[in-house]
Amino acid sequence: METVIQILLYISDMLVPFLILYVIAHGLLARRPVYDDFVKGAKDGFQTVIQIMPTLVGLMVAVGVLRASGFLDFLSETLGKVTELVHFPSELVPLTIVRMFSASAATGLALDIFKEYGTDSYLGLATSILMGCTETIFYTMSVYFMTAKVKKTRYTLAGAMLATLVGVAASIVLAGMMK
Amino acid sequence: MLNYLWGAMLLIGIVYGAFHGRLPEITTAALDSAKEAVTLCITMTGVMSLWVGLMEIAQKSGIISRATKKIQPFISFMFPGLPKGHKAREYITTNIIANVFGLGWAATPAGLKAMESLKDLEEERKRHPVGGRKAAPKGTASNEMCTFLILNISSLQLIPVNIIAYRSQYGSVNPAAVIAPSIAATLLSAAAAVIFCKFMDGRQKVWKP
Repeated sequence: METVIQILLYISDMLVPFLILYVIAHGLLARRPVYDDFVKGAKDGFQTVIQIMPTLVGLMVAVGVLRASGFLDFLSETLGKVTELVHFPSELVPLTIVRMFSASAATGLALDIFKEYGTDSYLGLATSILMGCTETIFYTMSVYFMTAKVKKTRYTLAGAMLATLVGVAASIVLAGMMK
Repeated sequence: MLNYLWGAMLLIGIVYGAFHGRLPEITTAALDSAKEAVTLCITMTGVMSLWVGLMEIAQKSGIISRATKKIQPFISFMFPGLPKGHKAREYITTNIIANVFGLGWAATPAGLKAMESLKDLEEERKRHPVGGRKAAPKGTASNEMCTFLILNISSLQLIPVNIIAYRSQYGSVNPAAVIAPSIAATLLSAAAAVIFCKFMDGRQKVWKP
């Protein structure tokens, strides 16, 4: 297990530089004006973030208020009594639930965990991995199926819940191995 | 959805806080959080610009379109009833590739287009079976729609760009340390999705009313 984590960490360190190298080299070989392309894309990325800024202000205020009121602690303590039985950390309960409904609200809660417990703590690592391998099930399903005018969604929810459950379990196990 | 969620968060927070004598803390938290959101966005802007800039090069130099070709066997495996030339196939591929490379805003439009074309596919199936399948009843999800959404929700992703940006903002010693574990976790959840979809799809090859 030690070596698995060593390898995973090694890949993590390598991946970003390798990706940059690969993309730039490929671009130059394809005779693209790489810097012009980069700047054009960077502009798009810039605008995307500026657009989500108001959303983030709204949600971080809501989570901040919820945290300061003591309600988040109350919620994790109450639900945690049940989830501890399956070794699920109670602090992650609100995040896991909200993650299924809203990506941005979940981001607010994730940032709150980073602030409270640190990014490199067990909870911080589990949160980081969990956010990457789960989706907003209910939001995605409602938007996509609305587009196709579908009311009976059959086995979609069951499959989505299964994938999310596996993702959440994997996040917690992997974060435990990293610590 | 978000309107109720957001409203409820604030109402619960303030009412709960009032009963526990925490109103001054709530005031501070509200003001500080608003300020913090803006600081966070500034960090995010840097990371996102870098990533989207790189992806633009990847797209223009043909890496993305090559990846699109490479995953065709996988698409055929997951959607055996989807004909080769159908436009739903193209949108599904774009959506998956965009998700893998963390281009969320490119993924959603392609995903919605994919759902529309899958709906068209059902219309075609009403006239004659396509890919050996008959149409699902009106207002019911086809097997392809179920598979597509479950795959989408299992959220296969190469690099969780946002999370890395957040981690660096909140003082992580190594923000990128979670990349490989995230890939491992996302592969596991995607594998579960693939197995589940193949099983359910196999159980009902042709729609029987």
